[in-house]
Amino acid sequence: MAVIYDFALQGAQMLLVLLMAPLLTGFVRKVKARLLSRQGPPLLQPYRDLLRLMCKDVVLADNASWLFRVIPYLVFAATWVAASLVPTFRSGLMFSWTADLIAIIAVLGSARFFLALAGMDAGTSFGGIGSSREVMISSLAEPAMLMIVFVIALIAGSTQLSTMAAFMNSAEVGLRVSLGLALIALVIVAVAENARIPVDNPATHLELTMVHEAMVLEYSGRHLALIELAASLKLLLYVSLIACLFAPWGISPAIVAAVPILIGVAAYIGKLGVLGAFLAVFETAIAKMRVFRVPEFLGAALMLALLATLLRFVSRSF
Amino acid sequence: MMVTVALFGVLTLVALAPIAIALSGKPNATGFVYGACLIVTLVMFLVALHSLLEQPAASTITLPLGLPWLGAHFRIDPLSAFFLVVVNLGAAAASLFALGYGRHEEAPQRVLPFFPLYLAAMNLVVLADDAFSFLLSWELMSLSSWALVIADHRRAENMRAGYVYLLMASFGTLTLLLAFGLMAGGDGAYAFDAIRAAHPTISTAALVLILALIGAGSKAGLVPLHAWLPLAHPAAPSHVSALMSGVMTKVAVYGFIRIAFDLLGAPQWWWSLVVLALGGVTAVMGVLYALMQRDLKRVLAYSTIENIGLIFASLGLALAFKAYAMDVAAALALTAALLHVFNHSLFKSLLFFGAGSVLTATGTRDMEKLGGLIHRMPQTAFVFLIGCTAISALPPLNGFVSEWLSFQAILLSPQLPSWGLKLMVPAVGALLALSAALAAACFVRAFGIVFLGRPRSSEAAAAQETDTNSLAAMYALAATCLIAGILPGIFIDALAPVVQVLAGARMPVQTGAEWMSIVPIAESRSSYNGLLVFAFMVITGTATAFAIHRFASDKIRRGPAWGCGYPDASPLTQYSASSFAQPIRRVFGSLVFRAREIGTMPPPGSRAPATLTVQLRDLIWDTLYAPIATAVGNIAERLNYLQFLTIRSYLTLVFAALVILLTVLATWP
Repeated sequence: MAVIYDFALQGAQMLLVLLMAPLLTGFVRKVKARLLSRQGPPLLQPYRDLLRLMCKDVVLADNASWLFRVIPYLVFAATWVAASLVPTFRSGLMFSWTADLIAIIAVLGSARFFLALAGMDAGTSFGGIGSSREVMISSLAEPAMLMIVFVIALIAGSTQLSTMAAFMNSAEVGLRVSLGLALIALVIVAVAENARIPVDNPATHLELTMVHEAMVLEYSGRHLALIELAASLKLLLYVSLIACLFAPWGISPAIVAAVPILIGVAAYIGKLGVLGAFLAVFETAIAKMRVFRVPEFLGAALMLALLATLLRFVSRSF
Repeated sequence: MMVTVALFGVLTLVALAPIAIALSGKPNATGFVYGACLIVTLVMFLVALHSLLEQPAASTITLPLGLPWLGAHFRIDPLSAFFLVVVNLGAAAASLFALGYGRHEEAPQRVLPFFPLYLAAMNLVVLADDAFSFLLSWELMSLSSWALVIADHRRAENMRAGYVYLLMASFGTLTLLLAFGLMAGGDGAYAFDAIRAAHPTISTAALVLILALIGAGSKAGLVPLHAWLPLAHPAAPSHVSALMSGVMTKVAVYGFIRIAFDLLGAPQWWWSLVVLALGGVTAVMGVLYALMQRDLKRVLAYSTIENIGLIFASLGLALAFKAYAMDVAAALALTAALLHVFNHSLFKSLLFFGAGSVLTATGTRDMEKLGGLIHRMPQTAFVFLIGCTAISALPPLNGFVSEWLSFQAILLSPQLPSWGLKLMVPAVGALLALSAALAAACFVRAFGIVFLGRPRSSEAAAAQETDTNSLAAMYALAATCLIAGILPGIFIDALAPVVQVLAGARMPVQTGAEWMSIVPIAESRSSYNGLLVFAFMVITGTATAFAIHRFASDKIRRGPAWGCGYPDASPLTQYSASSFAQPIRRVFGSLVFRAREIGTMPPPGSRAPATLTVQLRDLIWDTLYAPIATAVGNIAERLNYLQFLTIRSYLTLVFAALVILLTVLATWP
């Protein structure tokens, strides 16, 4: 019985992240539009877009190989699995020990690896420019992310997200310099990883500035739907990650009870709303930067995270 | 008993060399020699596996060969058994691959005699249990591989590669000779047992460690001693390249582990500082060089340097933990290093085989002339992709597991009391993280340019899928990569006897963990389950594909790629290998390579083409090797006049030398 209950909760988390992801994207778009005094698309527009795309034919480039057709499913599956492993409303879920935070980051790395390959498959310069810039960005964002993981793992004594969330929710944490640095670095990395302004613009198709969109330019129909959904899931993953590490309030502990879980779901949706609104305000307030300014931006994240790690190595009190 | 069987195997391999010479010119010589190598190495692989898993006790034998008062000692203990597994697995795969690949060789008689000899030498290095046999086998390994490097001797670059390799190999052997000499002491106790029993002073031990690091490190490709590696490894035939990169560098790692962890006794904490720093720098430099290359095999060779850096960084951590008697942590770091040794030997051999197949099919290693091979060589592309994913440390394949274990070991290191290490370890952690991310970029580039896109030359457009033997070897390695990735617990447990001997502790038993997870310390700290990650990805991926195809749409149309309204004239407008590397060159290259891009535009109205020249400087070569080469050249020039003296002058010189030597001897304390 307990196994079925655990299984159901894990399944519920998978469905929750999948269903919430387009909503979060739609919410950010809506808030951005309101901030610019526009009406903006309805909140449910991303779902409609996805459904419409799913039912359309796929137009493949003449030169596209079997890999090009497999990659959307691979990218979607990897991102979905990674997103379901981040605690959202309850910690210590059945499969939470399948992957620690390092492994979750690496699963996302797999998704990006294949997406970058897809960009090169059609044999156009668009795909190549997107892929080469994407790997340049990731070559700085990934080490920064790992350093952030190191900082939090050294404070919480674990790389396991459930344990980390439980620790961050306890009274032992306190205010720490290294955690502050890690939070700033994590926000920078999250912005870069999700191709948001100022690193990349998810709404543009102007070839000189785009990174992620150039990479997936040749995708259409159901393949494009999956890639868009994976992008939404990735945004949700990073927001959940920030919420679970730096705002772990309301996450239900691993006990069999209905009320904490309801509180957990409500708190999670509230956190998504707040962080999504923050993202929209941030994106509206800042201008997109040139591609070769991005390394400096991400280098700052890497240095902050490294500094935080060094502080942790030097003294336990930072 | 086991060591006798292994030595018989080595003897058979040595005997194959003259047989290969006798058979030269016969049509089936290639098949016979590689087939025999395959059978012998498979038997030796099984023997080694049996000793590793079933026989923790060492098996020794002393033969009346070598130095008269010493004899030749051979021994299989867990450490050598593990490296015998690595050597013979790689050797068997290379022999299988060569059954197909070797048929295309222009001059097989330049490869066939040396190939079994090379395999025998690598086995002997690992089996040797005294300094004399070790060095002799080491030198045999260097010389036989040198002969293989210059197998295609008509190309000037191969001869240069062979020359640089020979110099560096002799230099490495020299430092190892000095290291063993220092350890053996004045009375020549060269047997490893005697060396283990002796307790060198701290300064002697430090000197030995540095010498061993130079000797073994130059063979393994540690920066800055790596200069020969990217020249020599690609020059050899591809199955030999695979052996040199995948296996011989591991034999060098074995040499270092044998000396630093076994023969020298208890380590000092600052040894680890040196090893860590070298490992971290090697990892990043290796992969940055790899990103700048356009020769596919050279990319792979530089990536070997990166992986060696990773292995040495983990070894450095293990030394640090061992110095402070943190046995469990040392066991974790050492397991990470050894697992990466095994993993890298798998995927690097696989990738070199893939490069060899591409070379056979298209006749070129230049990435700028390849492209689109996934259509012409789908199976090679598939296994090469698995190799690329594995070497980029991506789950659920095996490269990630060893990388993950290294990171877990790094997370244990704040407990180290030394300040130097407290500052060094996080920096090395950042370097390793950077190198992992850059490795993924490097292999997106390698696979994307070679196999994806449109063919950039007529040779690439007309390529044919490679033969079944080569494919079988590549599929076997790819399958092992996947198994080691999703069931790492089995492999970690197999390493336990080795780690137990060297670190004094072992990692917890993994195979009993729930759902085959790996749990390095305790489940609450960290766990990873490759099997479940793989299963989840496969299940969700296929279920999604099924659902979408069933309920939404499964139609496909073909159309031309979007070109902004301009028809794409030529495949040359695709992103090339160097344009793909351009962003990373701009970010890292100006510092590391002093990269400069010089563009020239013709004046308006002129029809001359615009040009873009990229200048990269190899700073290590320019600042370290070039001055030494110039100095040696200058001194040789100066000394040249000594060759043209009269007989009186020579007699005077001889007399003066005698007087000086006698004076030194008389005044020696």
